Amino acid sequence: MQNILELKNITKRFPGVVANDKISLDIRAGEIHALVGENGSGKSTLMNILYGLYNADEGEIFLRGEKTKITEPRQAIDHGIGMVFQHFMLVEPLTVFENVILGSEPQKRGFIDFRGAEKEVARLSREYGLRVETGARVEDISVGQQQRLEILKALYRKADILILDEPTAVLTPQETEELFGVMRNLKEQGTTIIFITHKIREVLEISDRVSVLRRGKLVGTKNTSETDRPELAEMMVGREVLLRVEKEKAQPGEKVFSVSDLEVRDQRGTKRVKGVSLEIREGEILGIAGVEGNGQQEMVEAITGLLRADKGKITLEGKELQNLNAMQIKKKRIGYIPEDRHKRGLILDFNVADNMILGFHTEPPFVQRFFIRDERAIKENAGRLVEEYDVRPPNIQQQVSTFSGGNQQKIVAAREFSRKPKFLICSQPTRGLDIGAIEFIHKQVIDQRDKGAAILLVSAELDEILSLSDRIAVMYEGRIVGEMPVEEADEKKLGSLMLGGEARKDRGGDTVETGTE
Amino acid sequence: MWDYLVYFVNATVLAAALRMATPLILTSMGGIFAERSGVINIGLEGMMLVGAFTGMLTSYFTGQPWLGLIGALLAGALMGLVHAVASVTYKVNQVVSGTAINIFAGGVTVFLLRWIFDVAGTSPAVSRLPVVTIPLINRIPLIGPIFGTHNIMVYMALIIVVLVHIFLFRTVWGLRLRSVGEHPKAADTVGINVFLTRYLAVIVSGAMAGLGGAYLSIAHLSRFGDQMTAGRGFIALAAMIFGKWTPFGALGASLLFGFANAVQMRLQELGIPSQFVQMVPYILTMVALAGFIGRATPPKAIGKPYEKE
Repeated sequence: MQNILELKNITKRFPGVVANDKISLDIRAGEIHALVGENGSGKSTLMNILYGLYNADEGEIFLRGEKTKITEPRQAIDHGIGMVFQHFMLVEPLTVFENVILGSEPQKRGFIDFRGAEKEVARLSREYGLRVETGARVEDISVGQQQRLEILKALYRKADILILDEPTAVLTPQETEELFGVMRNLKEQGTTIIFITHKIREVLEISDRVSVLRRGKLVGTKNTSETDRPELAEMMVGREVLLRVEKEKAQPGEKVFSVSDLEVRDQRGTKRVKGVSLEIREGEILGIAGVEGNGQQEMVEAITGLLRADKGKITLEGKELQNLNAMQIKKKRIGYIPEDRHKRGLILDFNVADNMILGFHTEPPFVQRFFIRDERAIKENAGRLVEEYDVRPPNIQQQVSTFSGGNQQKIVAAREFSRKPKFLICSQPTRGLDIGAIEFIHKQVIDQRDKGAAILLVSAELDEILSLSDRIAVMYEGRIVGEMPVEEADEKKLGSLMLGGEARKDRGGDTVETGTE
Repeated sequence: MWDYLVYFVNATVLAAALRMATPLILTSMGGIFAERSGVINIGLEGMMLVGAFTGMLTSYFTGQPWLGLIGALLAGALMGLVHAVASVTYKVNQVVSGTAINIFAGGVTVFLLRWIFDVAGTSPAVSRLPVVTIPLINRIPLIGPIFGTHNIMVYMALIIVVLVHIFLFRTVWGLRLRSVGEHPKAADTVGINVFLTRYLAVIVSGAMAGLGGAYLSIAHLSRFGDQMTAGRGFIALAAMIFGKWTPFGALGASLLFGFANAVQMRLQELGIPSQFVQMVPYILTMVALAGFIGRATPPKAIGKPYEKE
């Protein structure tokens, strides 16, 4: 096969770092080329250079054999390069259709040719199997649809090289499958795809070849069929990686935490948790598997005092907790890693030291008489935790927003684990993290378990549920539809329960609508 | 009761409301241009004032009020350009830049008035734009007395509202302008020049405010007075917000504020202390903004300078 695109010795420096260090990469026409690497390895920078958003300091780009200069997105678009960004580039109050045509509008003397354009968008949508409601406003459609819209945008501009920057990070497993279907379809029609991810499983499933970046350098390019999980992981991280979490068998003790018959409504008043009962013992991890949006978040928020429970009991060591407020609950030595660390877990504009005391900021030793902060205690606390949890860079005065996702999550974990919680809730604890950071967080969670904490783990990643949990419960439409020890669980069994399990069989294999759509 | 209603709501009052609303309508259209592109334009007041002054000055020296109108437009555009350079290129806080323009405009017009005419407070009279009567419409009962006879700028303002609506929602440039105000990076990734778009939008914004000012000095009246805009730029800004950043919404809000102004003149005739009565339009403005506006979401990128890397 011919190379459609060649990057030669691309170098890009940012103040203090070399984001891309002499990277040379060949992309063959019609292939799906995975580009993997940990966060901060330079994948997105490289693609932003290709798309003209950044300009390389050194190096050359050859497109279809010709040396090409791309300094503006407009030029990339004109050369048939399309990019779907990790954070979608969509104008939310505009309609789907307006977003598709934006910048390349079909026009008659300056007026938008709405009718002609709408036909064209509908045709593309049909041809490539990209289901979107063209008339809806972007803010009203699901994440999966938004992504299909982004792909549609690129195709509308006649892209034949499509860059997908971590497209699966925001998708449910079902939506990911659907995306892969679309990618295969595109490939059949001749589109070349560059697929950025840090999930090795996805690389192996969908790509033809894979290139690995680490700290701004190209480690190597392999044919996907000739490589495997451990090899790719090692190439990404630079050392051997434990893909399985090492842990002893749990030694559960006394019952610490229980929920019985819990019912919760979300902020809109829709009932999302419909009678859940759970029990967790000392030194045990209970994993909640389930497609996102089946009430897990509302359950967790009711336990942590962020939402009111309509009905039911929540107890910690026999004492009832339901409908205490978040601060009161925090004081009961309950640790919480929220699913959205930016919204709930951290104050991004504060520095590390202040984030390390959030929730405990009114307690000694961090405050003294007359509500005055004890700076020395705050610093000492942060310094110790930063070292213990290997937060990089170890600068406690630095704003949290400037840290990578993995290090931000370490800060949350450090704070929540530092108070020796009796009960710990970990909600999507490794979302968006790279392999190295995932490995670290997993070790810490197991460590907490071994110290005797009862742990509730909520995750949409089946791998994570299977490797950390001692017992697994599956949540579907606000109910627990199955519970089993980890030894009896496997992906197939859990997957079928997650999609409604028995109910599905009864309807003779009807597809069950799940997820966010 | 009925008598009172007729006293306040009749053709004379409504016609006055339309006249009072006209500078607000023009200036709020300017506000929409800037803010839809993501740039706060709190300098509308100052741009209006400079427009009013330049309109008068040009009309005085040429004897041509139409040239005065063009002068006001260009002067407003120039002020818009200054605001664009400060807030788009140099990324100065947009509220600060706009406030500076207001202070500058207040000072420079007073200074030039004294320097050129050697008078304080009020300029000499100049020729103004014509009052026209629309045939047919002026014969329709009810409508005729309200809409039939006005200064030509009143009709221009109404036409401009329709044009701005068409521009924003039917043309390619309108779509691009809106996208730049909501999500400039998204616009950039599809090849739209964010900086150029914002520059043009803010310049047009200033030009519109200049027209709004010109209405005061060479259409409604025929002279310039110190601080003659008297906060109308800010009320136009309020009308824009009240109208949820849409041309017809801002038109409606401007008419409401214009009506409050017209009613205030009537109340004065009734012998209610004028200082009290003059508060009415402003109180109505505040009540409208606080109470009826509901959830108006401004363009998302408003006030944020765009950085490329």
